[in-house]
Amino acid sequence: MDGNGPVIPNFGRGDSCVTGDHTFCWGWVKDHWGDTLGPALWQHVELTVIAVVIGFAIAFPLALLAHRYRRLEQPFGALSALVYTVPSLALFQLLVPFTGLTLTTVEIALVGYTLVMLFPNIVAGLRSASDDVIEAARGMGLTRRQILLRVELPLAVPAIIGGLRIAVVSTVAISTIAGINVTSMGLGYPIYSALREPTPFKTEIYSAGLLAVALALGADLLLVAIRRTAVPWTRAVR
Amino acid sequence: MPAAAEIVFDHVTKRYEGRDSAAVDDLSLEIPAGSFCVLVGPSGGGKTTALKMVNRLIPFDSGEIRIDGRNIEELPLTELRRGIGYVIQQIGLFPHMTIGENIATVPRLLGWEKQRQRARSGELLELVGLDAADANRYPSQLSGGQRQRVGLARALAADPPLLLMDEPFGALDPITRHRLQTELRRLHRDVGKTIIFVTHDIDEAIQMGDRIAILREGGVLAQYDTPDAILAHPADDFVAQFIGGDRALRRLALRTVGEVPLESHPDAASDHWVASDTTVRNAVSLMLELKTDRLAVKDGDRILGTFRISDVSTLL
Repeated sequence: MDGNGPVIPNFGRGDSCVTGDHTFCWGWVKDHWGDTLGPALWQHVELTVIAVVIGFAIAFPLALLAHRYRRLEQPFGALSALVYTVPSLALFQLLVPFTGLTLTTVEIALVGYTLVMLFPNIVAGLRSASDDVIEAARGMGLTRRQILLRVELPLAVPAIIGGLRIAVVSTVAISTIAGINVTSMGLGYPIYSALREPTPFKTEIYSAGLLAVALALGADLLLVAIRRTAVPWTRAVR
Repeated sequence: MPAAAEIVFDHVTKRYEGRDSAAVDDLSLEIPAGSFCVLVGPSGGGKTTALKMVNRLIPFDSGEIRIDGRNIEELPLTELRRGIGYVIQQIGLFPHMTIGENIATVPRLLGWEKQRQRARSGELLELVGLDAADANRYPSQLSGGQRQRVGLARALAADPPLLLMDEPFGALDPITRHRLQTELRRLHRDVGKTIIFVTHDIDEAIQMGDRIAILREGGVLAQYDTPDAILAHPADDFVAQFIGGDRALRRLALRTVGEVPLESHPDAASDHWVASDTTVRNAVSLMLELKTDRLAVKDGDRILGTFRISDVSTLL
């Protein structure tokens, strides 16, 4: 770091591209993959995976309960939707007094957001077995539990994966905000640091932003691929 | 498990809450083992309700239903249902399972070996007129008629002594429907199970049933007898109206000319002949068309005798 320009003091060797704050400097990306972008990307993956896994672990049993006891669906659905209506920046700030500027704060908010995407999709999935199919299953002597495990759950897989896709993509997006004002984690942080400079450093903003987009797309493609192998019956054609 | 079961409805009544009339009103019915019993009647007659009481999909308020003398309410629910084949109009195949897996549903519940499940699926596919290779396809890849064949195969999988069929052919096109009706009759002869079959179509009831139970609005049994006896002696105006005005012709459709005591005439060599498995109704129709009063009846090349138009009156 030679800091030969007052405008961009913190960004690398300061070749002409960097010092001139050109649109996009590959050199900077290569130099700072190891200390900035790479770790941020990995943290972002962590933030997202933790949020979606915990969100699913909460939404799934709630959805099973709502499926079994229909009158629970409305209150559960309303509750998860309520969390979603709180603007994310505000939600983070609301939590800080209780949980501080920590990963926990970020994850509580992110998990809250995943619920509204996962819960209704899982419930809808569990209901996607038609009445005829359920009647035939009962008539053949499947118990309620067998109907759930052998009929309703397998038929719910497409909708569940659909919910996971939305949850993952949105969590990748929302997590960038978490890096801005709560922790220094994830791809939001390099963007925040660059914005904090007197003149925002374009390359850092763009590279981190593009990585977030790539991460969202990659995760989505992975889930689509899982769906294709997990749901062979929808691919079968006459 | 016995090949066929006897079913008895003993003063069974069912009322749905908030309705004035009963769905099934004091129904008593004895269905002999191995018979093909059709429950028929207008909507609101309680025929589907009566059917679904047998596998306890619908509970009833009073009375008793017995299968081979055993009260169904005293049997464990899953055991009762796994011993009864169940076929519904909308079929209800599991879309996420292959045809083979669908058919093996009950065998799997009963814990059969995989090998035996597969063998049974193949055997049943053949029995219902499908290809053994269809076992690996999914329901979405089959036509409506093929799917109902699979539905039937699935119901037969564990060789239950009783089949319940709720308007199984109601959603099929007329040609497929007729073909499946014919095949189900054949199947019934071959496998010898008791079948309870619900339809709102009196023609289907007459064609399919050994015995017909006609239920009227309010779930009251109007008449229970063989098709021929019902056509010959409808119990009341409701039944007469329900079965329609061409009762005599319908009765003629229940017999073949081969079953008629034929005069064996030396002059039987009429110009015109029919095969012995032609229905009397069709033979009469042919005579009217040809403006003749006699037809030779042949079994293959052999002439069995002469069927005369005057023989018809002795049949009615």
